[in-house]
Amino acid sequence: MTAVDLRAPQRRNAPTISYRYDEYDAAFVRERVAEFRDQVRRRLSGALTEEEFRPFRLMNGLYLQLHAYMLRVAIPYGTLTARQMRRLADIADRWDKGYGHFTTRQNLQYNWPKLVDTPDILEALADVEMHAIQTSGNCIRNVTADHFAGVAPDEIEDPRPTAEFLRQWSSLHPEFSFLPRKFKIAVTGAAHDRAAIMVHDIGLRIVKSDSGDIGYQVVVGGGLGRSPFIGKVVRDFVPREDLLAFLEAIMRVYNRFGRRDNKYKARVKILVHEKGIDEIRAAVDAEFAAMDRSVFSHDPAEFERIAGFFAPPPYDALPATSASLRAAKLDTPAFANFVDVNVGAHKIPGYAIVTVSLKPIGGVPGDATSEQMRVLADASERFGFGELRVSHEQNIILPHVKQDDLFALWRMLDAAGLATANAGLVSDIISCPGLDYCSLATARSIPIAQAISKRFSDMSRQRRIGKLGVKISGCINACGHHHVGAIGILGLEKKGQESYQITLGGDPTFSASIGEILGPGVTADQVPDVIEHLVDFYLAEREEGEAFIDTWRRLGHARFKDLWRREGEDGADI
Amino acid sequence: MALISDGRFIDDGWRRLADEEALPKEGKIIVSLPRLEHALETLGQQSTLGVIVPNTTEPSALAQALPRLGLISISFPSFADGRGFSLARLLRRAGFMGELRASGRLVADQYAHAIGCGFDAIEIPDDLADRQDEEQWRAALNAASISYQRGYAGRGSILEARRGTVRS
Repeated sequence: MTAVDLRAPQRRNAPTISYRYDEYDAAFVRERVAEFRDQVRRRLSGALTEEEFRPFRLMNGLYLQLHAYMLRVAIPYGTLTARQMRRLADIADRWDKGYGHFTTRQNLQYNWPKLVDTPDILEALADVEMHAIQTSGNCIRNVTADHFAGVAPDEIEDPRPTAEFLRQWSSLHPEFSFLPRKFKIAVTGAAHDRAAIMVHDIGLRIVKSDSGDIGYQVVVGGGLGRSPFIGKVVRDFVPREDLLAFLEAIMRVYNRFGRRDNKYKARVKILVHEKGIDEIRAAVDAEFAAMDRSVFSHDPAEFERIAGFFAPPPYDALPATSASLRAAKLDTPAFANFVDVNVGAHKIPGYAIVTVSLKPIGGVPGDATSEQMRVLADASERFGFGELRVSHEQNIILPHVKQDDLFALWRMLDAAGLATANAGLVSDIISCPGLDYCSLATARSIPIAQAISKRFSDMSRQRRIGKLGVKISGCINACGHHHVGAIGILGLEKKGQESYQITLGGDPTFSASIGEILGPGVTADQVPDVIEHLVDFYLAEREEGEAFIDTWRRLGHARFKDLWRREGEDGADI
Repeated sequence: MALISDGRFIDDGWRRLADEEALPKEGKIIVSLPRLEHALETLGQQSTLGVIVPNTTEPSALAQALPRLGLISISFPSFADGRGFSLARLLRRAGFMGELRASGRLVADQYAHAIGCGFDAIEIPDDLADRQDEEQWRAALNAASISYQRGYAGRGSILEARRGTVRS
């Protein structure tokens, strides 16, 4: 048999720049679908009890929610092609209610699939080289990466080949599929962390040594949930050829010594916290030294094979700035606002990165209708080599758009209700599904996000406020990442009433910090008032060009708490 | 208890000795970990001795006994407790060549995982064997033809297969 280059020919505007399955990947996913079909059959026949079925259902992405099953589809490292996006739309129409929900971990969730339909949905995903494997369960989850991978100007190396390498290594791992708890890995290759690696079980930061070699800084034990922790560096530089061996060493230490007596203390962050990073490092180093690393020794060739799929698309040589863009901005203020807020710098002259916000004012954060998915697929083919990304902020990215094309793209998006110019602003809210869908939730999240979004519906005011991360979770499991929101909102239940706890000062980047509690919880109705008070105080106090989090750091948490207290004593309703 | 090996339910040639039972002179017997040292002393050099150990056992605790043991059975307190998989790996790495058993309420869907980590046989309670018959275990054996990992037993490695493709 001869080597076959399975990459699609590099045609303009064709989906060429993502990993393509070879015969082995394809067979692997088909076998998983067949296996799950059989597991469903055996569950229905009684051969498997619900307790026995559960981990296998979860490992195939099927989760039991409040009202129905939820199917969580992996979008590995957030990259998908136009063809894949169309398939997601088709599935939403055929087996769900015509929409899907993009999550904070680069997954797409369908909220209403039937158990018996799930194998067919997985089959439909396999047709376009997708799956739902390990998007749930106590295993290594979908590996996430910087959504600006490959196009960010501040990048050392595209993190996606590493993430794909890890996707394969972690898939159906014989040893690490029954861990104490779920295990999440994120990778970034840039100077700015857009993948929140400090709050993952393992965060990988691609770094270059003094001698120019590429390797990984490995961070372990970060996480949100009921006990948030910032990850700690377990090793500063792991050469690429040792990456899998080193990760196996960490996983083995966690699998053996992670707590299993209490599921709330079972994450690796608790192990690191209780033992201390030095003891964990010693255990990992000892395991690494003892293991047979020869089985990993040939992997650089495989890495290069994978990296080949992420080669840059055939960009045109263009001037760094576009005259037509400048003219269109002057002509159409709404477009100018969109460009100023949602369009970012690209590493190639004349190109731009476009964030398509899934946070329309008053909408459900992260939801997209099948029609919108198709528009996004079309837009990516017309203007961006057929490639799309999903960000952990629950937005869609078109990573390679010519500046000259931005106006035409904007018009297309605007016609589909997809041109909300709020990327990174106060209404670009991360929210978990909350009590509207989730059986774990203690309070609603989506309606809170909608109310805040409506309160700040004046877009010029939002732009004046500037970048501000608001993140909402409907329970202490923190799926909405409230701990790392500059403003975090946690929905709890107190005496049968929803109560919202506000935190300030969270940061998901390399300078990671966990938000601090502002004061007693408030009711759902009061949340927009409180946020507005905080924002007004910030606007009054901020220095030139200072972001909310920086003002908070400069003034200190006490100043914000005082504000809260004074307002309370004055009888104001907060 | 039912014993599964190579996708078939087989008769068990080993006998699990209760702790109050005296050591027999012959036959293949499995003792509990606390009795291991005494059993080795009493029975001397032979491969008809096996031991059942908790999944939290430190492999170093078995290091000296390994060459003299014919079987190690690792108990799984719950099928979802994956510690036994790592322990199996470590015992194989330490050079254990005898029969490695997973004992507990493992389900057929974990069979390939167990084989991958070095287990030869699975021992399950009868009520589970009634629900999950031989056919299901055999099917589980064939459910995955190939795996992404290297250095694990059983299925072929995709990485190896790819390298073969590139070479030829």
